[in-house]
Amino acid sequence: MTIFKRTAASSALALLAAGAALAGPEAEVLHWWTSGGEAKSVAVLQEEFASKGGEWTDMPVAGGGGDAAMTALRARVLSGNAPTAVQLKGPAIQEWYQEGVLADISSVADAQGWAEVLPASIAGHMKCDDIWCAAPVNVHRVDWIWANAEILAANDIEMPTSWDEFNAAAEKLQAAGITPLAHGGQAWQDATVFETVVLGVGGPDFYQKALVDLDDEALTSDTMVAVFDQMRTLRGYVDDNFSGRDWNLATAMVMNGEAAFQIMGDWAKGEFLAAGKVPGEDFLCASTPGDGFLYNVDSFAMFDVDGDDKVAGQKLLAELIVGPSFQKVFNLNKGSIPARTDVALDDFDTCAHLSADDMTASSDGGSLLPSYAHGMALFGAQSGAITDVVTAHFNSDMSSEDAVQMLVNAVANSR
Amino acid sequence: MSDWLERHVPKMVLAPSFVVVLIFVYGFIAWTAWVSLTRSRLLPRYEIEGFIQYDRLFAAPRWDTAMNNLFIFGTLFILISMALGLLIAILLDQKIRAEGALRTIYLYPMALSMIVTGTAWKWMLNPGLGLEAVVRGWGFEGFSFNWLVDPNMAIYTVIIAAVWQASGFVMALFLAGLRSVDQEIIKAAQVDGIPTARIYSAIILPSMAPIFLSAFIVLAHLAIKSFDLVIALTGGGPGYATDLPATYMYAMAFSRGDLGQAASSAMIMMMVVFAIVVPYLYSELRSKND
Repeated sequence: MTIFKRTAASSALALLAAGAALAGPEAEVLHWWTSGGEAKSVAVLQEEFASKGGEWTDMPVAGGGGDAAMTALRARVLSGNAPTAVQLKGPAIQEWYQEGVLADISSVADAQGWAEVLPASIAGHMKCDDIWCAAPVNVHRVDWIWANAEILAANDIEMPTSWDEFNAAAEKLQAAGITPLAHGGQAWQDATVFETVVLGVGGPDFYQKALVDLDDEALTSDTMVAVFDQMRTLRGYVDDNFSGRDWNLATAMVMNGEAAFQIMGDWAKGEFLAAGKVPGEDFLCASTPGDGFLYNVDSFAMFDVDGDDKVAGQKLLAELIVGPSFQKVFNLNKGSIPARTDVALDDFDTCAHLSADDMTASSDGGSLLPSYAHGMALFGAQSGAITDVVTAHFNSDMSSEDAVQMLVNAVANSR
Repeated sequence: MSDWLERHVPKMVLAPSFVVVLIFVYGFIAWTAWVSLTRSRLLPRYEIEGFIQYDRLFAAPRWDTAMNNLFIFGTLFILISMALGLLIAILLDQKIRAEGALRTIYLYPMALSMIVTGTAWKWMLNPGLGLEAVVRGWGFEGFSFNWLVDPNMAIYTVIIAAVWQASGFVMALFLAGLRSVDQEIIKAAQVDGIPTARIYSAIILPSMAPIFLSAFIVLAHLAIKSFDLVIALTGGGPGYATDLPATYMYAMAFSRGDLGQAASSAMIMMMVVFAIVVPYLYSELRSKND
């Protein structure tokens, strides 16, 4: 037996003995953060959990933007053996709460004063009726526009602040033989662009009515026709080969100077940073034209579990997730910003600062809005129905009036 | 005792698999039918609400696209695969040299999974990387072949890849059929001086009717269940232009948490399969009884 093996064996024995003496907090965590940066971010949480004496059982389910993980979760819940905590977000939390399987972590939330440190609309997603049932880990801003600094400088273009400015800049770039907009033709990417246009053209109130409340009047309005008109215009600024392209390849086009702009959430920043680009010098970031802030908040929902050790594990986990040190380290790794507003941002880059400042301002001004394209605003069936229309319009020569009619029908059909 | 054994052993051996099939095939079909009549979303619910999910399904333009695509894809895929398979089989049947090697080459695509086929054709058909770029690189600047990214034509790229995959298999079926035709009749016809084309059209092909039927059934069920090819080749896009019923069902069940809708689309798919398979079974069973 080598020394290593012996130490391993004896420490395992020690652990067993300790476990028998006092059952430490336990948590089984289901998530789909399996790619490089994401896995690193989860490891941070795992280490903190272990350092507080907890026993972490990792249950990563890769693939499909969480589809596979949700299928695994469904099977676990139906068999009456739910994991302790699950990466869930937005209305999906409420949907699972309605199935009656979520746990109450209000004791932790009240003790830590979550209500004071989280923006109100984000806190709303973490509450089921009046109890806290989920813990937020980050805030991704969705309404970002990224640009290649060199191209903009060479063509004497400023970051656009209105869609008209954007269109003018795009015409100029097109005349110079540069693809104005890097875009990946996948339905969710079409939806991402669409919601920023809804926010920019219609304003925050219109966004709220159209894509959160699904108000018929807003959906059929002239503003919505104008939104689809702008989508048609944007279609003209995209290269012919965009269909089916992954978002990170579109980001690479901006990075390599093949295209000028990309409209994508701040996970695109991770690509730029990973390639050694510097914000403000190599690439520029700005919110998409218009007011407001569209957020996509990752969170962990806590499921009903039996046993004191698991309940203790759940509470410890909730405490750590919203704790300031994890919020900082995790979001530095992931490229997003902390969900709590009292974390010092000294180590974050300029784009993150802009994001955090805008989040606070929007939260005070009532224009901090959930992203529909990323499952924060609507149930899956409803957001899916809207995305179908958006992508059908973007990938055909459908008129804006037809698209609006189709949108109303699809929304009515999804209820 | 041995009599008793002789009579009951087959039953006892078959019973477990019979029960398993009863539960996991027919039981789950019944379960799906039940769920398709409810308002199930994330998890199955069991209060029957009637045909609402079917109403929603038939009102969804995306489902229309999926069914239209199935019709276009199914028809062309079956026709072209059969025609091409038959042509290659007849050519290979002319007692040529290196037949074994050629046969293997034609049959080889069948050894690949649809995912591999889809991915390979995705690269070949991509206007920026594949065929179009290559031909333009040769100096034909005006050449254009962008079906993969054209919503109206994308479904035909799926057909190209599927035909490439399946026609070798059809060829193997037909070749076996051609070889099983009684050589005496053919020789007699040749002695009578009947031209080869007429021998094929009047004697050999009619006697291969069962093979045509088998090939049709295999291709039809390949077409209806095809899923992996579309996912790998186009991902259902551009937009949802290449959606098929199977990809629609997957999206509803696993991405959107709309189980009821997925169940109703699965039921419709099953009915389409039945519409094809039942007449086949009927004709098979009837001919046995006669």
